[in-house]
Amino acid sequence: MTDETDNRLLLLAPQDNVYVLRDQIEAGETIMVEGRRIAVPRRIGLGHKLARAAIAPGDKVLKYGAPIGSATAPIGLGEHVHTHNVKSDYTPTYTLDEARREHGDAQ
Amino acid sequence: MTAIMGFQRADGRKGIRNIVAVAYLVECAHHVASRIVAPTPEQAHVIGFPGCFPNDYAQRMMERLCTHPNVGAVLLVSLGCESFNRYQLEQVVRDSGRPVETLIIQRDGGTRATIEKGQAFVARAIEQVEAVRRVPMDVSDLVIGTVCGGSDGTSGISGNPAVGRAFDRFVAEGATCIFEETGELIGCEDIMAARAATPALAAELRTSVDKAARYYATLGYGSFASGNADGGLTTIEEKSMGAYAKSGQSPISGLIKPGDIPPGGGLYLMDVVPDGEVRFGFPNISDNAEIVEMMASGVHMTLFVTGRGSVVGSALAPVIKIAANPHMYERLSEDMDVNAGRIISGSATLDEIGAEIHDLVLRVAGGEPTKSEELGHTEFILTYKSFEPIGPSCLPV
Repeated sequence: MTDETDNRLLLLAPQDNVYVLRDQIEAGETIMVEGRRIAVPRRIGLGHKLARAAIAPGDKVLKYGAPIGSATAPIGLGEHVHTHNVKSDYTPTYTLDEARREHGDAQ
Repeated sequence: MTAIMGFQRADGRKGIRNIVAVAYLVECAHHVASRIVAPTPEQAHVIGFPGCFPNDYAQRMMERLCTHPNVGAVLLVSLGCESFNRYQLEQVVRDSGRPVETLIIQRDGGTRATIEKGQAFVARAIEQVEAVRRVPMDVSDLVIGTVCGGSDGTSGISGNPAVGRAFDRFVAEGATCIFEETGELIGCEDIMAARAATPALAAELRTSVDKAARYYATLGYGSFASGNADGGLTTIEEKSMGAYAKSGQSPISGLIKPGDIPPGGGLYLMDVVPDGEVRFGFPNISDNAEIVEMMASGVHMTLFVTGRGSVVGSALAPVIKIAANPHMYERLSEDMDVNAGRIISGSATLDEIGAEIHDLVLRVAGGEPTKSEELGHTEFILTYKSFEPIGPSCLPV
């Protein structure tokens, strides 16, 4: 229901439990998700995902109507869904996040 | 649509470009090859294999690339002591009816003398290939590949499905379309197998993805770069679902391996993960390795979808770059041929961008240069691999 969800959030398939951002959401914004007001503490970039429902650890994350991994932590409605709370069911995801922290590159 | 005028080759295939390929047969000859093409960068492109030790895959790839329909003549540049079978490669090119010559740096007098002889060959070859017969080319003569690179969370919702729409049109028009990177189809095996032309092919498609999953598990990482995560992709299976969208909705006619030429029009999956135990490292070490394998299977051009913003082109066959991310397009518009980010910003539909890609492919086939061609991009990379031949169920039609 678009009037209850921010129009920057794109739903790819009806059974999905995540939305995809069609534009970034800035830190401090309050957005509507499924009729609820959600405060966004940190900036979330274009192409990233946000929870459409509460997701429990071990639950499958569904995008395009297909499982794209499993939650590793409780994820609340409207929270950023990414490598900090989801893992692959195939091979681990490699990032430069640790190197960035060490070298002070905020990106 | 005005007819595309192709370059008629002796094997019946038609090219959309008429390039003189200058091929180094070991890294030690790479510099000389680069200097040979320097005065004529548009007409002559460098390809090559860096290894000193023999490899059946590399031999086959070089034979296919040197007889690619976009290639009109070939100069081989050997150091002289490498293991590459230059005799067989020269014979294959000669048998294809193309002008060919081999220079051997150790015999021909070193760097300067070999560059001079090479430039003289290229100058003659450019004149010779101008005499190649031009013939009308139908859409059904086209072989089109697609890859994605520098992917982010936008690739799978704009650029990739737009290429899928273009592919559906091309397949309906009788063209040959190839998609690839089985390592980026992990998690899609069931939905993909359901599109196979026969149950036996469906089993082969599943097996190829299972092989990729095992191969990457052994290596410890998926076909996934740090920048993919920065762009919002969380797992390899998420990236896969987006990558899979490039294949469109058509039935899958066959499964090929690098260097296999599809037997007719239709949609084909290329299995790029080596057979047997893990031996030479990552299957494709960067995007151009995928483009090179596509060319070895005869693609006239490659549709390259990028969200983060790749700038590459390729030797021998044009690359059309499709920007998936509207913000990236603003920064890199000089490098991008199509702005599929408009699907995300809401100013175009998937069908409109699919049609734009379709029409651009026809113009590029007719000679219009792509952005990467105008900017002089001619990237090329070929590394060690090993494959078994495809099984009898892989090409049912």
